[in-house]
Amino acid sequence: MSTPGNEAGRRAKVLGAVRSGLGKQRGAGAREAVEVRLQGQLRHLIPGRSRQDSEHLKALFAEQLRGGSATVLDAASEDDVPRVIAAYLRGQNQPLAVRCGDDAWLRSLDWSKEPALVVSNGRADPADAVGLTHAVAGIAETGTLMLASGPENPVTVTFLPETSIVVLRKSDLVGPYEAAFDRVRERYGRGMMPRTLNLVSGPSRTADVGGRLVTGAHGPRRFCVVVVG
Amino acid sequence: MDVTAHAFKSNVKAALKDAQLQRALAGLPTGLVAQRAAAKARLPEFEALRDVGRDIKNHTLAHLDLYLEAWERNAIAAGAKVHWAPTAADARDIISGICRDANARLVTKGKSMVSEEIGLNAHLEKSGLEVVETDLGEYLVQIRHETPSHIIAPAIHLTEGQIEADFRRHHTHLPKDRPLDEPVKIVSEARDILREKFIKADVGITGANFLVAETGSSIIVTNEGNGDLTQSLARVHVVITSIDKVVPTLEDVSTLLRLLARSATGQDFSVYTTFSTGPRRAADPDGPAEYHVVVLDNGRSALLGTSFQEVLRCIRCGACMNHCPVYGAVGGHAYGWVYPGPIGAVLNPALIGLGEAGDLPNASTFCGRCESVCPMKIPLPGLMREWRMREFATGGGGRLARMAIGVWSYFARRPRLYHAVARLGIAGLGALGRTRGSFRSLPLSGGWTRHRDLAAPQGRTFQQLWAESRQGVPR
Repeated sequence: MSTPGNEAGRRAKVLGAVRSGLGKQRGAGAREAVEVRLQGQLRHLIPGRSRQDSEHLKALFAEQLRGGSATVLDAASEDDVPRVIAAYLRGQNQPLAVRCGDDAWLRSLDWSKEPALVVSNGRADPADAVGLTHAVAGIAETGTLMLASGPENPVTVTFLPETSIVVLRKSDLVGPYEAAFDRVRERYGRGMMPRTLNLVSGPSRTADVGGRLVTGAHGPRRFCVVVVG
Repeated sequence: MDVTAHAFKSNVKAALKDAQLQRALAGLPTGLVAQRAAAKARLPEFEALRDVGRDIKNHTLAHLDLYLEAWERNAIAAGAKVHWAPTAADARDIISGICRDANARLVTKGKSMVSEEIGLNAHLEKSGLEVVETDLGEYLVQIRHETPSHIIAPAIHLTEGQIEADFRRHHTHLPKDRPLDEPVKIVSEARDILREKFIKADVGITGANFLVAETGSSIIVTNEGNGDLTQSLARVHVVITSIDKVVPTLEDVSTLLRLLARSATGQDFSVYTTFSTGPRRAADPDGPAEYHVVVLDNGRSALLGTSFQEVLRCIRCGACMNHCPVYGAVGGHAYGWVYPGPIGAVLNPALIGLGEAGDLPNASTFCGRCESVCPMKIPLPGLMREWRMREFATGGGGRLARMAIGVWSYFARRPRLYHAVARLGIAGLGALGRTRGSFRSLPLSGGWTRHRDLAAPQGRTFQQLWAESRQGVPR
C-alpha cells in the first residue's frame, strides 16, 4: 500500500532521474525561462483561416461543423431560440423534453413561447433524451464548441443524452483556440480552469469497425448548434 | 503485457501468411494515409506548424523537471492527487491501491497505451476487479484476449466478419438471429452494453494526451466520448500518464492539438478534447469525487541527455506506422510489444532493452516516410540506425549477419581491393547472364530470386561507368 513516505521517495526518484538526465545540457537561467513561458502567453503561429472578419468566421464555423455531421441553425434573437429548438426536435422525431443545467442565460429565455417543450434543470440521467448547453465560446477554426462544466452546464448533460443541443451567442464566436482560451482566463483567472473544459466538434463517432465511419458511438448521436444573433 | 519482440522474425512470417490480417491491413493506404494527406492539404500552415511543435517539445524536454513541478503544483492546487511512478510495478501498485481504497469492483477504462505498457488490466483482474475497456476498438480487442495492434486504431487488424463473430460469441444474452451485418449495428450493440458499465463503474481510468503545466490539467482526445463517460460517471477518476506528456501553456497545447488529429485520423480536430482539472467542485452536480494522476517514468528519464531524447517528443498520433511499408505488411502484433511501427522500433528497445527488441530497428527499409510525416519531426530512421550500431557494438545481430558485415567492411575499408573484386564479380555475372538478361536463381540470393528474377549486370561496375563519363569517354 502506498504510504506518504514512499510516495515522497518515488517523487524524488522520478524528478531526480529527470534532473540528472538533463544535467549536462542545461544552462543558467532555466528557472526564469520557465517562469517567462508560463506567465508570458507566448503566441505561436496561428492559421490564417482563423484570422478573418466575423461573417467569414461564422461561415467557416458552420462549414466545419457540418463537415463533421453536425447541424447548425440560426436564431435571429434570444426570443427565437425556443422555437428553433422545438422545430429541430420535431424534425428529428425526438421528444420535446430537454435537460439543461442552471445556466442563468438559458433559464432567462422565454420558454413559455413553446408550451409543448418541457425544460428540466439539473444534471442529466441516462433516461434524458435531449441535453441543452450554453457554450463559453465557438471556435471557427475547426467548428468547435467550448463548454465548461459546473452547475450551469453539468458535464453529464453534454455526454449522456442521445441528442446534444448547444446554444452559442454570435458574440462568443472566435477564430482560433487561443482566443477561446483567453475567454477562459478572463472568466476563471489565469492558470485556473473549470473542472472539465470540453471542446466538442460534432456527434460522437468511431471508425473502429473495419475502418468505416459510424456516428453515435458512446456520446450523442445528434449534435445541433444554435447560433444566436 | 507479454513481450514477444524477441520472436519478431517468426511473428512476421505468421503475419504475412494471415489472410484476415492482410485483408484488414489493405485499407490503410486509402484510409488513414489518404485522410491525413487531405487534412494537410486543407491547412497551408501545416508544415510550418510541425517546426513549431518540435520546438515546443524541445523546449519542454530541456526543462522537463521544472514543467513537471509547475504542473504538479497547479494540479494539487485544484485538488488533484499526484502519484509518481518510477517503474511499471510502482504504477500498478499505486492504481490497485486507489481501487482498493475506493472499494471498487468495476473499473471502466478509456484508451491508454501507458496502461498497456504497465500491464494494468491483468494486474487489476488478478486483484479481483472487473475491468472493461470502453473505447470500441479496445473493447473489440479485449473480448478476443488480444492487445491493440495500433496505437490509435487498436482493432485495425480485425475484419468486420471477425468482429461480428466475436460479438455473437461474447454477447450470449442477446437473440442469436439479430442482424449484425453492418458497422452501425455493431456500434449500437456495444453502446448499449458499455452504457451500463459506465453507469455502474466505481473507478474510471483514462490516459492523457497532454498535461498542461500552466493549469495543472490533463487532456484526453477521443472521438467516441467514451473517455468522458469513463471519467465523469465513476466516483474516482484515475489518469495514468507519463513524464513526457507535459507541455507549458494553453498556447503550446493549441499548436500540438492542431497537429495531432490531422496526423492521426486526418480530422481537422477530434470530436472531443477534454481538459480535466481536479475533482468535482463544491457546487458541481456531477463529476468524480476523487481525481488521481499517476505519472510514469519507466525508463524515459534515462533517454534525456542522449540522442534518444528526441523520441520523447512523440505525441502518439500513429502517422509513422500508417505510412510504414513494414507495418503495412505485418501489422502491429508482430512487433511483439506495446508500441508498433517505427516509433516502437525506436522506443521499445529503450523501454524493454535491446536484447528483447533488437530485431525491431532492423525492420526498416529506411525509406524515410515515417520521419517525413512525423508531426514532431522525430528522426526515426536515424535513431533506428543508432540502435543498429549499438546492437553491433554489443555483439548482437546473429552470427551470419555479423560475418557478412565483417566481410563487407573488410573490403569497404580497402577501396582498391573492393573495386577490383567488384569488377571481377560484375564482369563474371554479366557474362553468365548475357543470353537471358536475368537470373532465375543465384547462390546466396534466394531471398530475392524466390519471388522475382534478378536482372543480370551489363558487365561494368557503376564506378567504371562513372569514371568513364567523367573523362568524356563514350560508352
